[in-house]
Amino acid sequence: MSVRTFLKNLLVSSETEAAVDKIPKPVGSFGYDPWGYNTEVVKIAMSVMRPIYEDYFRVEAIGLENIPAQGRLLIIANHSGQLPFDGSLVSYAMATNPHNPRAIRVMVERWFPTIPFLGNLFNEMGAVLGDPINCAKMLRNEEAIIVFPEGVRGSGKTWDKRYKLQRFGLGFMHLAITENTPIIPVGIVGCEETMPTPFHLKRLARLLGMPYLPVTTPIPLPAKVRLYFGEPMTFEGPITGEDDVAVKVERVKEEINKLIQRGLQERSGWFE
Amino acid sequence: MIHKHKPEVLVTGAGGSLAQYVINELKRDYHVVLVDFRRRVQMDEGMSSYRVEYNKRGFEDIFRKHKIEAVIHLGRMGLYESTHRNRYNHNVLGTQRLLDLCHKYSVKKVVVLSTYYVYGASPYNPALLTEEAPLKASELTMDLVDSVELENLANIYLWKYPELNITILRPCNISGPGVLNSLSLLLSSKMAPVLMGFSPMMQFIHVEDAAHAVVLAFKQNKPGIYNVATDDWVSYQEAATQCGCRRMPIPSIPEGLPRLISKRMNWKGWPAYLVNYYKYPVIIDGSLFNKTFGFKPQRSLDDIFSYYREKKEMGIL
Repeated sequence: MSVRTFLKNLLVSSETEAAVDKIPKPVGSFGYDPWGYNTEVVKIAMSVMRPIYEDYFRVEAIGLENIPAQGRLLIIANHSGQLPFDGSLVSYAMATNPHNPRAIRVMVERWFPTIPFLGNLFNEMGAVLGDPINCAKMLRNEEAIIVFPEGVRGSGKTWDKRYKLQRFGLGFMHLAITENTPIIPVGIVGCEETMPTPFHLKRLARLLGMPYLPVTTPIPLPAKVRLYFGEPMTFEGPITGEDDVAVKVERVKEEINKLIQRGLQERSGWFE
Repeated sequence: MIHKHKPEVLVTGAGGSLAQYVINELKRDYHVVLVDFRRRVQMDEGMSSYRVEYNKRGFEDIFRKHKIEAVIHLGRMGLYESTHRNRYNHNVLGTQRLLDLCHKYSVKKVVVLSTYYVYGASPYNPALLTEEAPLKASELTMDLVDSVELENLANIYLWKYPELNITILRPCNISGPGVLNSLSLLLSSKMAPVLMGFSPMMQFIHVEDAAHAVVLAFKQNKPGIYNVATDDWVSYQEAATQCGCRRMPIPSIPEGLPRLISKRMNWKGWPAYLVNYYKYPVIIDGSLFNKTFGFKPQRSLDDIFSYYREKKEMGIL
């Protein structure tokens, strides 16, 4: 018996199996897509994520009805929490969306495919190389992709910068316009409190070739996470210049900020 | 001359499995002239067959003797055959001579078989590489220089002599009965080396489908460069298991270790210079070919894998 079959028998419940089978995701005869997504691995990953999503972070997802049932889609969200938990939580919420479940693709850093086991595993769970060509091809394949335009500026934020949106990269807007793709803005509230970080060890991070090295809690704290999915935004071309793109990006940023502020007002504490 | 009523088509590498399928599809409507550098190929009676090296003088005699209207160039020295210098002489300089003769004798159509290896296996490859993607194989190893150079050469002739109507095909892994390329040798063996922690996505095309693709490209004559692949994907380790191979884990770090092991073990199916192809994916987009030529592969991945599995169970492989 292969490791995959063993884990599947051990972890995957019939409900999770049915939930993944409900996701309209075209795959080949062995359950793979061209980027390495594998249905069986996704079932195992979702079974592992379920207690983390439901019991540990007690995630509440608001506005899931805004997700279109099919077609290309860019999910643009704020990034926080040092570790990429926010991407996994948004993916789980979208995969188990009672209205329109969708498989979501997460873009990973360029060095990821070179890491043994992890690179492969992430691929099978739906992560792909964060390359503009790859992204464009996926959108043409009618996939839903999550992008954190703040990148490491967002995920590696220190405590004093929590819920302050950092500079957004413009790449996603170019893709949205050229590939004629709607954007769903997402405000994530709660991940900032999972790993409070007063400062980074910058020199050591440079030595180790890491983007940042936070001084933080050894494990993520069980802060309650709220995901706010906004209404689809569409942008039309032609692109007249980078300034024009930056203005459009600001509109998305404002929308995400509104969703974050709503989340902060609606919660009564980090853990409630 | 016999078969005067049929147009004459020269097929190189006639002894190979792919060529045999191609010849069988063509022989009813064409007089097929068989050429192979390894041996004189015996097929049906009445077919002209020659054992000749493309860069030898005697090769021109075939063009003098026959009114060759089209050439299907499938004959390449395989990656595990001979040294890279010999392969360069045969595959690159030999092809140059062939194309020069095609020009000299006013051949109207040329189909050149290339390979998806030309794209190179890199961790930075996006999936579904289109024909415009850069050819990075020669960055990896000198052993793949001939594959890239052969393509470059065909490209130069494609633009310089448009009257040759050159079509270049870059198929994914051709597999199935009689195929003797590196990957097919690997899938035929009982043990398949696998890099620990890596199982790249791969594409396979059944030799019958690949042959049909060559014939379509030849008959429809729409010059250009085309990827040829099926719309189905599988990880390397899954493919090896499906073919009945036992996986032999090879340490993937430090980076040079797998190559060293491969060299020491002298594995033909898993040669050192192809190690990266068992580490990172090279997934090509065959949609342009499918759309242009109306191509739809008939054989599934399971058809390919069950061939290797069943032959192994019967003790034939």
